[in-house]
Amino acid sequence: MRDLWQGMIEAFWLIASFNADLYEIVLRSLQVTVTAVIIASAIALPLGAALAVNRFRYRRATISLLNALMGLPPVVVGLFVYILLSRSGPFGVLGLLFTPTAMIIAQIIIITPLIASIAHQAIRDLWASYHDLLISMNTTKWQRMRTLIWDARRSLITASLAGFGRAIGEVGAIMIVGGNIDHLTRVLTTAIALETGKGDFSLALGLGFILIALAIAVNMAIHAISRTERASTW
Amino acid sequence: MVASILPLTLTDATVRKGGKTIIGPMSETIGPSGFTIFMGPNGSGKTTLLRLMHGLEHPRGGSVTWQLPAAQARMKQAFVFQTPVMMRRTVVENIAYPLRVRGEAKNWAYAEAARWADIIGLGNALEQNAEVLSGGEKQKLAVARALIVQPEVLFLDEPTANLDGKATREIEGILLAAQADGVRILMATHHLGQARRLASDIIFLYQGQVHERAAAEEFFNTPRTPESKSFLSGDIVE
Ligand SMILES: Nc1ncnc2c1ncn2[C@@H]1O[C@H](COP(=O)(O)OP(=O)(O)O)[C@@H](O)[C@H]1O
Ligand SMILES: [Mg+2]
Repeated sequence: MRDLWQGMIEAFWLIASFNADLYEIVLRSLQVTVTAVIIASAIALPLGAALAVNRFRYRRATISLLNALMGLPPVVVGLFVYILLSRSGPFGVLGLLFTPTAMIIAQIIIITPLIASIAHQAIRDLWASYHDLLISMNTTKWQRMRTLIWDARRSLITASLAGFGRAIGEVGAIMIVGGNIDHLTRVLTTAIALETGKGDFSLALGLGFILIALAIAVNMAIHAISRTERASTW
Repeated sequence: MVASILPLTLTDATVRKGGKTIIGPMSETIGPSGFTIFMGPNGSGKTTLLRLMHGLEHPRGGSVTWQLPAAQARMKQAFVFQTPVMMRRTVVENIAYPLRVRGEAKNWAYAEAARWADIIGLGNALEQNAEVLSGGEKQKLAVARALIVQPEVLFLDEPTANLDGKATREIEGILLAAQADGVRILMATHHLGQARRLASDIIFLYQGQVHERAAAEEFFNTPRTPESKSFLSGDIVE
């Protein structure tokens, strides 16, 4: 109980004192995760639409694979990316290991299946109601996908936010590929892990509260934006 | 003169579903003019036949042929479903959608859509979410969205089945105006009154077959089969 209380005070103090290290870490967390969510969504949303609209040979298998990949342990993803990016790995020459870029890559791999899977379900449901109309209007496959993505955008935002929630709170993979280097790859989750390891529970808790507040604030902001986009009811 | 897609020819066209024959084998010709109404009891195949003609169902046997290749012919048809499909968009976006699909400029498409919204009495609701319209407004929107592409052939599947008298009358007015503009209308209904008001000729379906086909007056005055007789006298026909 003492620790919780201490943690709240610590969090308040860190924020109120404009602690430079804290703001740096928060910004890096946001930068890494937002970049990962944008890139993952750019892959996952069209993929979800394509899986809903097109009948191709390995469609069922692809959907099963996506669902399976959703459950990938992040630590294993981290290890996998580490091996690919390490000096002796196939992408070693790029020198990306222990950079924010490596963390972004790991997060993209972790959340793309999640976003694609939720997007696929939402778009499949909408496609069921649009199917006859869009076929009747002689739409191309491309037009159907674009229409469905646009008209399902509310559900798709939720899908992307689910990806954001998973990525911003993830620690295992980015610890491995980022290395938690101060002023370079340290983010909220890895800082929490570090402080916990050092036994500074109140600081760790303080960072934890900030992480939760950040996740909630981003969710609320996005929902507020998408609600005001049109004053009507859908 | 733009090439016509009519007449439409069905040759031994057959639709099977769930192991049973739902339509046909049917051989019929749909000529270039008129307001044809498809009647028949529930389950007689009206919906399936219209969908087959429009290309939403594929014949198991036989053929459905327009005077142009199927893809080109589809561009000159529009279909209004029994339950209108509202896209998650505003009224004006819904009506303009088929023009946008055809690559028309946004400004022009929206101006056309606004003109149609006026015609169907939704001129003041352009920016409203179409999903919250009343049933009658939704179906009028669906009719406007079908007519905005100036189709040569318009299919309607019991468009007023779920509507009240006022909305029904308004839709009938729009359809008669479209017919006067030269649109070839093929419509299913089981409202006798509606068929009398609108039809130039009747195709009476029974168990997936064309049971009787006649000019409207002839059909209503002198039905030739026991089924159409009892259908017209309001008996239950199964
Ligand atoms: N997907 C389907 N599977 C099996 N039977 C169907 C299917 N769709 C329609 N039917 C059957 O086809 C017949 C004709 O249906 P329909 O064309 O909807 O008739 P109508 O529009 O005249 O009421 C009905 O007996 C119906 O039960
Ligand atoms: Mg029907």
